[in-house]
Amino acid sequence: MEILGSDVVLESLKKEGVEVVFGYPGGAVLPLYDALYRMKFPHVLTRHEQGAVHAADGYARATGKVGVCIATSGPGATNLITGIATAYMDSVPLVAITGQVGVSLIGKDSFQEADICGITTPITKHNYLVKKIQDLPRVLKEAFYIARTGRPGPVVIDISKDVFNDKIDYIYPSEVKLRGYSPVFAGDEASIELVFEKMRQAKKPLIFVGGGVNISETSDLLRKITQLTRFPVISTLMGLGCISNADDEHLGMVGMHGTYAANMATIECDLLLGIGVRFDDRVTGLVKDFAPKAQVVHFDIDPAEINKNIIADIRVVGDLRWSLPLLYEKAVQYDCREWRNNIHTWIATVLNWKQENPLDYSCSDDVIMPQSVVETVSQLTKGDAIIVTDVGQHQMWAAQYYQFLNERSFLTSGGLGTMGYGLPAAIGAQFGLPEKKVVLFTGDGSIMMNCQEMATAANNNVAVKIIVMNNQVLGMVNQWQRMFYEERYSHTCLKGSTDFVKLAEAMGVRGLRVTKPSQLRATLAEALQMEGPVLVDVWLPVGEDVLPMVPANCRLDQMVLGGADR
Amino acid sequence: MKHTLAVLVENRPGVLTHISGLISRRAYNIESISASYTEEADTTRITIDVEVDDELQLEQVVNQLSKLIDVIKIIDLTHVDSIHRDLALIKVKANPKTRSDIVDIVEIFRAKIVDVNRETMVIELTGEESKIDALCAVLMDYGIIEIARTGKIALSRGPIAAKNM
Repeated sequence: MEILGSDVVLESLKKEGVEVVFGYPGGAVLPLYDALYRMKFPHVLTRHEQGAVHAADGYARATGKVGVCIATSGPGATNLITGIATAYMDSVPLVAITGQVGVSLIGKDSFQEADICGITTPITKHNYLVKKIQDLPRVLKEAFYIARTGRPGPVVIDISKDVFNDKIDYIYPSEVKLRGYSPVFAGDEASIELVFEKMRQAKKPLIFVGGGVNISETSDLLRKITQLTRFPVISTLMGLGCISNADDEHLGMVGMHGTYAANMATIECDLLLGIGVRFDDRVTGLVKDFAPKAQVVHFDIDPAEINKNIIADIRVVGDLRWSLPLLYEKAVQYDCREWRNNIHTWIATVLNWKQENPLDYSCSDDVIMPQSVVETVSQLTKGDAIIVTDVGQHQMWAAQYYQFLNERSFLTSGGLGTMGYGLPAAIGAQFGLPEKKVVLFTGDGSIMMNCQEMATAANNNVAVKIIVMNNQVLGMVNQWQRMFYEERYSHTCLKGSTDFVKLAEAMGVRGLRVTKPSQLRATLAEALQMEGPVLVDVWLPVGEDVLPMVPANCRLDQMVLGGADR
Repeated sequence: MKHTLAVLVENRPGVLTHISGLISRRAYNIESISASYTEEADTTRITIDVEVDDELQLEQVVNQLSKLIDVIKIIDLTHVDSIHRDLALIKVKANPKTRSDIVDIVEIFRAKIVDVNRETMVIELTGEESKIDALCAVLMDYGIIEIARTGKIALSRGPIAAKNM
């Protein structure tokens, strides 16, 4: 039976198991929106296309499924760009469907025309412009396959309005045929053998966990391996949650704002097992002095990550769902006692670092310390919430002080560092996991970059808890100005500009405010228990720094330390 | 060091955008690039000359290009016994006095004269880059009006096709 192109899109989304799409209508997608209406397809109307793409991203990160967003041609599509780039940098599976002007209008500078394939080429895993309906089923099939397999990433499908209105005898392909794309699963088993040999010999081994473990959902397996080996573990921002923070051997986050123990362990280790990491510059510090005494093993699904930033002594290219089971099998068969004797001193050293130099800050009875906000939420939610952040100081405090227990529980823009990511991503996550408590840590800077999405939360009664860490400044840039620009605070002061409680109430979100440490716990507890969306405006002192900090171009052991007695 | 890569890609709209976009985004140093369709209608062959510092950088270029969905296969022809050719069309000043000298030069280089008029002639030469450079250098004395050159194309010697290597 012949059906419309717009219906082909939705039928295909159903076949791909898509439960909800996030979007914003417009001229070029009118036929698609008509189909959404006719077919009663679940759709969340955001208040900005950027909100739609971040929501799809949050949904994808929280659930592991492909997130889908829709925007119209021209400005609708260009408003997706930041969100697509955010998803690309963090390997998030996303399909963005954009309308394009009619086929005869393409290339004529038509109303609301933009070359979205041209624009998104550097920030997508792949993109398509569909000008013929005959291509549409195949392209949809390929797009979902490409987005979710291998190293996941965003795919853009730009569909001309004519294609939505055209008709076809619809058959959804059962398989994809892509000569140039066959994602790696299994790699070279000999490399695992080699790695295991290194693990046996190592005196100071260190497991370095990245976002790849979250993406491949292999944290259970990795936990089994760490329990057998008792190797200490450090994590990137994106890897938080893969190993429980409650584990003694988990030394915390490594890098620019990493813990003392994690950074020191990186400097001193003799074997670094990088698992699903990409050695980002925020992790390595000065590249040439990163893990200077270690042999580096790099586990990754993407061969292009090997030797990109850090030279690997051994590479294990393949899916972690292939490599980690093999590694576990080897560890199980081996008598680990001898092994643990080997690393006994090392374990004592790292645990001593951890104990002697924990994350620390000065407490106060007068002002609310930002770290205590995160700690309190961590205690109240027992580490079981989905934590979403924006970007800046609050993001780092959330990473440092929340006691993550589970994989996929920390959603943050790690690679691109996108302010404005948090609120829409939290909404998307809540749609994906309606039973979970979703808490957003944001700042008084970041929240303003997509605050319109409070209307989306209110309209759909999405129960996100928005915690505005309000320190009256663009905190992270302000901190750098304090540390490296002789306190010339160029345009980082927001003082008194916005009443966030009123802003929330204006959009139909409950607003609470807390200004004194004595009220903090009660107010946060109240907010967490409320039905529906709530915003808590938390007043913080100006001038608190995120510490420890490794200044740019320094070694990881050249940290500026924080703490109560600094 | 310079490497010559034969890149087999899907013959689809947007492929060249994807390739050139990647090259510019990753700041690779490309000396020449030339593309055309092949014996298979759905395949385009792109020859890329890339300047890299070392093997590691070359590996990055190949791995990043391989990640593109449209890229079917990449073969490094640098160390394969292979034929490398550029094509140049050179329009040079040629009056009745200089014409015979130029014809001699053209013969020495085994080039071809493809257009002659009272003031100029157009010379066609295929060969390796250095040979074309050498002809251009000699013709400079007569006055070169304009040059059009293709990028390099390359093919391995022997019976095996790149796609089967």
